[in-house]
Amino acid sequence: MNLEFTAEENAFRDEVRSFIENNYPQNIERAAVQDDMSPEDMTAWHKILGKKGWSVPAWPEQYGGTGWTPTQRYIWSEENARVNAVMPLPFGVAMVAPVIYTFGNEEQKAKHLPGIRSGEVWWCQGYSEPGAGSDLASLKTTAVRDGDDYILNGQKTWTTLAQHADWGFFLCRTDPDAPKPQQGISFILVDMKTPGIEVRPIKLIDGGYEVNEVWLTDVRVPAENLIGEENKGWTYAKFLLAHERSGIAGVARSKRGVEQLKDIAKHEMLDGEPLIQDMGFATKISQLEIDLAALEITELRTLAGEQAGKGPGPESSLLKVKGTEIQQRLTELTLEAVGYYGTPDFRSFPADGSNDFPIGPDYAHSAAPTYFNMRKTSIYGGSNEIQRNIITKMVLGL
Amino acid sequence: MDFNFSDEQNMVRDGISRLVREQYDWDTRRGIIASDAGWSPEFWAQLAELGMLAAPFSEEDGGFGGGAIETMLIMEEFGKGLVVEPFIPSVVCAGGFLKHAGTAAQKEEYLSAIIAGEKVFAFAYAEPQGRYDLGNLTTTAKKDGEGFSLNGQKAVVIGAPWASHFVVTARTSGGQTDAGGVSVFIVAKDAAGVSLRDYATVDGRRASEVYFENVSVSADALVGELDGGLPLIETVVDEATAAVCAEATGAMQVTHAMTLEYAKQRKQFGVPISSFQVLQHRMVDMFMEYEQSISMSYLATIKLDEDAAARKHAVSSAKVRVGQSARFVGQSAVQTHGGMGVTDETAVGSYFKRLSIIESEFGSVDHHMRRHIRLTAAA
Repeated sequence: MNLEFTAEENAFRDEVRSFIENNYPQNIERAAVQDDMSPEDMTAWHKILGKKGWSVPAWPEQYGGTGWTPTQRYIWSEENARVNAVMPLPFGVAMVAPVIYTFGNEEQKAKHLPGIRSGEVWWCQGYSEPGAGSDLASLKTTAVRDGDDYILNGQKTWTTLAQHADWGFFLCRTDPDAPKPQQGISFILVDMKTPGIEVRPIKLIDGGYEVNEVWLTDVRVPAENLIGEENKGWTYAKFLLAHERSGIAGVARSKRGVEQLKDIAKHEMLDGEPLIQDMGFATKISQLEIDLAALEITELRTLAGEQAGKGPGPESSLLKVKGTEIQQRLTELTLEAVGYYGTPDFRSFPADGSNDFPIGPDYAHSAAPTYFNMRKTSIYGGSNEIQRNIITKMVLGL
Repeated sequence: MDFNFSDEQNMVRDGISRLVREQYDWDTRRGIIASDAGWSPEFWAQLAELGMLAAPFSEEDGGFGGGAIETMLIMEEFGKGLVVEPFIPSVVCAGGFLKHAGTAAQKEEYLSAIIAGEKVFAFAYAEPQGRYDLGNLTTTAKKDGEGFSLNGQKAVVIGAPWASHFVVTARTSGGQTDAGGVSVFIVAKDAAGVSLRDYATVDGRRASEVYFENVSVSADALVGELDGGLPLIETVVDEATAAVCAEATGAMQVTHAMTLEYAKQRKQFGVPISSFQVLQHRMVDMFMEYEQSISMSYLATIKLDEDAAARKHAVSSAKVRVGQSARFVGQSAVQTHGGMGVTDETAVGSYFKRLSIIESEFGSVDHHMRRHIRLTAAA
């Protein structure tokens, strides 16, 4: 038992670090709220990686994966977090693509995988509905077969960044009479430019527009866009959820966040001393670091298991729950740390940056919106309560 | 990066696991802790015979070439069975002092006897006024001819009633809380001037207040450097802390399994209480706490051999996390067992009590949190 990386793994780290240093686009930093970035900035690194052949490390090599070991992929994510890189969005790369290369036909693979790999085609996820959140299988959007097409009707919601999407993958009800709600659902790919689709951005508590309502009115989709078999969509959706959770712990990014928080706490003053020297606040930071260390080792144990050929089990739910708790705690403490200057709404500042006086330290501007925004993490991707239900089944056997 | 154990390590674990399962079941343990002696010298002899007391020592020292990982595996299994015998005081602590700083003659005389189970040590370090501060000492060892004269009181010395010898920390110079001026001695329990007040502990063990009154200690009883003993003590206590973290993970695993089993059988409102989501989620949280503790136990164990700063950082991180988990898992287990959880009849109460005491053993959550903060600030 040891925590050391092998010589090959260290050489790999050097290689990717130098590639990132030489190729990561200057001036593109992850924004707290995603839609505060332009679509071009959000996909810039993805497109560079696509050319390098590194945009989809986890895919099977025959479809463009890098063949990296889980440990190498971990190193890759750590190195990207070091520079706060804007990584490829998950909707194409990590969500729909594994479904397409696992359950799709050859035409579908040929048509969709290259655009996902290169970052040219933007995907969104049509899962949740106003009445179907945690109880996703109760979804009501219908797809009715009409000759060579399906006609889609219904409403999706919480569709992340659909305002920029070229394609979406939708769960639709194709058999309303199936004995169980899970049995009548199909997985359908939809060109977002198809007539009858209306995307309405939803303003969120952070002031941004990260998610949307997607209204579908008599949307005609070729039947060839059905993935796998009709009414088997739930199986594919569950498969996707298992994929979605890998990397969800966000350890590397949270480590960077802790460093930023400490930096802020060194600048903020309390009773004439840096905030970080206050026992109360220092205790909160140490607790966060300790919890993060535990999460990191747990993730490494999971990776080691994966490397040994064990499939992701209940660990992925644990990583999701603990990872998001830490991400949220980090943003809470950051908002606490900045004090009064968490209050001004930076969106009300002149957009051209023409303030003739600075309003508080720059690091304070994003503290509140980030805190507000990150409440989503324990809700999305299967809420943390749903994750506990999954562990109840898989570990407790109940 | 590797979380696998070697074949030898797996053999150690399997051997201990079998022994605890077969010879240290719940009723046997009850008998042992209720006996006059309060421990099982037979069980101890068997551990020695199986080579388990030799597991963490190098071959030169008469061991099997193992180390901290072997200790971790053994303590995890001991935690599952709530084994009371003094593996940490005698093997990890006294053995640790001798391993790190013992002279050839000291190893010859003491370490081989520890490994053989013939001499049993307790570690007399804590003092009534010192709380968890290893260097806060009023026990003194004053130069007296060739040797020293030892005076003072040691608090809650675990396993002292069973011991033949003590490792004693004492001030040889400097003020009460100085980092310098601390030394480590081996003292036989039957030495003139040593007296004990023995008692039972709430978690089924035995301990003593140990008094030293003009105890004559020879020069060759000094372990390590005169006046420079504190770093050595910190090293050994960190090793013991990692060991107790491993013990906690074993105890937590059983506590969790026991709770789940009870919840499946206990019916209220006509259904097993395990069908209630509020209890399911609590048991899931117990599982997650246990898993995080396993991770921290590994981390602490792996880092024991690194430099002092990395070692202390990892050990304090682990003890914070494990201490918090121990409290959560123990309390949740009792709560889920309802009234049965607070009776003396059920095993869960004993696991809860041991987990509660582990929280403060070798430093509480607050103590290690403060150490973590100081180390982080110094980094």
